[in-house]
Amino acid sequence: MEVAIIGLGMHPFGRSPHKTGLQQGAEAAREALADAGLSWNDIECGYGGSQDGGNADAIVNELGLSGLQFTNIFNGCATGGSSLHAAYSAIKSGEYRNALVLGFDKHPRGAFNALPADWGIDDWYGETGLMLTTQYFGMKIQRYMHEYDISEQALISVAEKAFLNGSITPTAWRKQALSREEISTSQMVSHPLRKYMFCSPAEGAVALVICDANEARRFTDKPIFLNAAIVRTRHYGSFEVFSPSQPVIKANSPTVIASQAAYEQAGIGPSDIDVAQLQDTESGAEIIHMAENGFCNHGEQEKLLQEGYTSITGNLPVNTDGGCLANGEPVGASGLRQVHEICVQLRQEAGERQVLGEPKTGYTHVYGAPGISGVTILSR
Amino acid sequence: MTDCPIHPNLFTWPASNPVLLGGKCPRCGEVSFPAQSSCRNCGHNDSNVIELGDRGSLWTWTIQNFLPKSPYVSDETVETFKPYGVGYVEMPAGIRIESRLRISDPNKLRIGMPMKLIIEKFSSNDQGGSNLCFAFDSLGDS
Repeated sequence: MEVAIIGLGMHPFGRSPHKTGLQQGAEAAREALADAGLSWNDIECGYGGSQDGGNADAIVNELGLSGLQFTNIFNGCATGGSSLHAAYSAIKSGEYRNALVLGFDKHPRGAFNALPADWGIDDWYGETGLMLTTQYFGMKIQRYMHEYDISEQALISVAEKAFLNGSITPTAWRKQALSREEISTSQMVSHPLRKYMFCSPAEGAVALVICDANEARRFTDKPIFLNAAIVRTRHYGSFEVFSPSQPVIKANSPTVIASQAAYEQAGIGPSDIDVAQLQDTESGAEIIHMAENGFCNHGEQEKLLQEGYTSITGNLPVNTDGGCLANGEPVGASGLRQVHEICVQLRQEAGERQVLGEPKTGYTHVYGAPGISGVTILSR
Repeated sequence: MTDCPIHPNLFTWPASNPVLLGGKCPRCGEVSFPAQSSCRNCGHNDSNVIELGDRGSLWTWTIQNFLPKSPYVSDETVETFKPYGVGYVEMPAGIRIESRLRISDPNKLRIGMPMKLIIEKFSSNDQGGSNLCFAFDSLGDS
């Protein structure tokens, strides 16, 4: 059984002080249903998640108590990817003919403050100031830049591209392009990462309607096929966040494992991908993820970025909507935003940011604490 | 006034030459810090406490430039906060330890530099003394 995406809905990302997270989710869901030409009562099952915006299944209070099966999903930053994977599996199994995938969130300002006990760690770790995701990202890219001889210029290039793409994306939060100088002189947060190299927690919502691919053309003339959806967690030896210690032995990261499994499932390789979304919670992450997802060798990123390889006009456009850097990260919705953007690009409805050359195949990668990766491969 | 380790199983105390404590899996030999009862490598449900020593080399680092919010608990305020270094120190016992660093000047930190363990007063405890925590300093500055 193949699976297709037939409905897209999004509530703009950023700050929406007069709407709850759930209301933003409902708007996205209504838009996705209308796009698919379906009514809420037609939907057979739902999977969704939100970290700070309330229970995703409370969406029935907005859309109607239709009696469908709805499962709440929470998997950190990979919540959206995990929701989509669960819905994909439900359709693939043949048990349901269609599903709503929903992600929304509404985070308070400032960085996330995780609690050690929730992660199986004693309180001293948080009390002494080691439990910050920003530190981890700084240390991870610091080591990576040392190993592969990558300079700060590459970090600046990623941020510059993100805000440029955000400036031509109507639903993005940060719509102001930034100069290299503005980025390189912004406040240092965690060496070597500066303010404009980090994304911020935000608000927003995305909904997708998916169905059995055999029925897709009944609902849309532009179905997007889900050729692979994979979620993997970390192995022993992968360098992950919230780790009081790390083993010396090195294992492939969850991204490498999920990526390889996705290519295998889809039966294609990285050179077949026309447009990609790679998790960019900060500039360094996009650089690492370019290689971990098979799009280049470790250490080649700086040259590729310099040449514009991942710009909208480049060979492999990455994060055409500005990614997490320009959209912020509403945890429940973020991974689904990536899938939404690839669908928009493959339908050739991306307006000013449309990738040229009629892209056929797209790729999404979301990555979250404490070492979860979700990858999808999509085609039209 | 009593100074106490912030957690009892992190390092030897009281000691004239304190060392970090960890766990070693009797089945696969992998080392953990802090010591934990089950092995994260092979899942074996047993562990022996071992000493990890007091020397290592800096594997990576960053600087914490802003006052962390909860769950951070210190005596600092936004006004008195001073940036601190954080790094992973690779120990000869075969494990990398995440630690605060005594050095907070990015120009004085480099990957591979030799480091030594120090025990420092971190915050006030409820017995009128201090919570003691481990940190690493440059071996060259001793």
